[in-house]
Amino acid sequence: MKQVKKISFWLLVLLLLILICLPGIWIFISAFRPNPEILSKPANWIPDRWTIYQFTQMFSINGYVSVPAFKYLMNSVIISSVSTVIAITIGMMGGYAFARFNFKGKNKIFLSLMLARAVPGISLSLPLFILFAKIGIINTSFGVILVYVAMNVPFTIWLTDGFFRQIPKEMSEVARTDGCTRLQAFWNVELPLAGPGIGAAAIFAFLLSWNEYALASIITRTVHSKTLPIGMMDYLDEFTINWAGMCAIAVVMIVPALILTFIVQKHLVSGLTFGGVKG
Amino acid sequence: MNKKFFSSPIILILPSILAISFVIIIPLIFSFYTSFTSYKLTRPDSLFDFVGLRNYERLIDNAKFWYAFGRTILFLAIVLNLELLFGLGIALLINKITWGQRTLRTIMMFPMMFSPILVGFQWKYIFNDNIGLLNNFLYLFGYESAIPWLIDKYLAMGSIMVAEIWANTSIFAILLLAGLLGIPRDPIEAARVDGCNSWQVFKNITLPFLMPFVFIALTIRSLDVGRAYDIVHIMTGGGPAMRTELIWTMIARIGYKDANMGYANAMSYVSIILSIAFTYYFFTKLVAARRDLGQQQ
Repeated sequence: MKQVKKISFWLLVLLLLILICLPGIWIFISAFRPNPEILSKPANWIPDRWTIYQFTQMFSINGYVSVPAFKYLMNSVIISSVSTVIAITIGMMGGYAFARFNFKGKNKIFLSLMLARAVPGISLSLPLFILFAKIGIINTSFGVILVYVAMNVPFTIWLTDGFFRQIPKEMSEVARTDGCTRLQAFWNVELPLAGPGIGAAAIFAFLLSWNEYALASIITRTVHSKTLPIGMMDYLDEFTINWAGMCAIAVVMIVPALILTFIVQKHLVSGLTFGGVKG
Repeated sequence: MNKKFFSSPIILILPSILAISFVIIIPLIFSFYTSFTSYKLTRPDSLFDFVGLRNYERLIDNAKFWYAFGRTILFLAIVLNLELLFGLGIALLINKITWGQRTLRTIMMFPMMFSPILVGFQWKYIFNDNIGLLNNFLYLFGYESAIPWLIDKYLAMGSIMVAEIWANTSIFAILLLAGLLGIPRDPIEAARVDGCNSWQVFKNITLPFLMPFVFIALTIRSLDVGRAYDIVHIMTGGGPAMRTELIWTMIARIGYKDANMGYANAMSYVSIILSIAFTYYFFTKLVAARRDLGQQQ
């Protein structure tokens, strides 16, 4: 009886693993298969022939052949990194203020910031599209960065607020009686201690920018500013899809995200729960 | 100067407020105004054609809109509840594992990192009636007729829900697992000594302790409900015959395909209020649950 229970338990875990991993693995395998093999009927489960054809098409040195994936990748990297750095800087300042000061309307301001973040991208995209076109920053990386900074700030404030609260106030006070200014105390004492949490917040901000579609699909128009999620749609025609190509660009998109997550996964959870439970 | 600068909370928060005002508040005020005009992208001068509440009246009369609205609410209700349930199940399951728990937890985070657009594409690929993984798999067991997962009016909605649940269950699982790991052992052992069975322990000790974590997960999740747009957009585009049209895909269709911005903005406002209501509700619940646990600082 105990044996049966144990076996069924591990079977359940196995099923869970399959459900979580299989879709991604299938995309990964398909990215290295030629299109005819993907379309074959009945299905060909194990690839007969591995190919990097789709990748060479995207990243060929003599200019792209299919989709300018390298350009999209560069846009994604630049937009996501710059917007993350700015969002973390100003979000951290906000988080510090919420964690360390008491001021009038504190909770209300905090809540309104969070609610601003809840506005769905597609609803925001209509007015942004018109306004950005009017002031001439549509289809520029600058415009996209601006949008992502604003979208990432509220969540960064939430997370960093939680982390700064974890640090005893006394530590900064001791530093200040020893002659530090508040800024020095922050820089030398509180920032290093909150470091892992800020790292986790940065990853969240980066991933949101890296993965965002609804807004970018409206305010980016050409290869100048299109990011990878938008570029992915290049493989989608009205009636046909280049499955292998789409899988290949999906791999390009997901690998950096997975690596980043792997690096900070430990702090990711504590960041979310600190901010939430103890806030 | 420096000292004073860094001591004023308002100045510290100001950059955040400015960024949000410029990108979110001002555009929303502008779109609130356009929702009272007959603004069409093709006719710029219509921006000043004030029509009063006509867009909202049209909205109220539009049966298709209310179908989409109802479908969105139903969609969110089903999806959020199932995610919570599965997340709790997975968290309890992994909590029992002693060997390899960390690895499993990391693997569980994978779906969180997938762009919604990628999730949509991935499931579009799996559910494809012709070359999809699922139909090919069923073929092995003798179901030779291809099931039109994304073309049938009922199956399409279910397929989208599967994709949505796959993508977002992990946030519940991970946060609830963090909650489970933090539960003190003593009350559980005391209850067992007093003769409680597993269900009673779960209901009276584990669950109340988990509630704040449930609400954190729901609050975080409610910030992003609108991202379901990406998944629907790529999987079915609202089809077949608008059977999977959610409020967000409807906004995109009316705003960009029909270029009817004023009307679409009126619709946007309904969706914004919906999202904000969700977030506000869960956030206040979170605050209340926190107070119950006495963890308020």
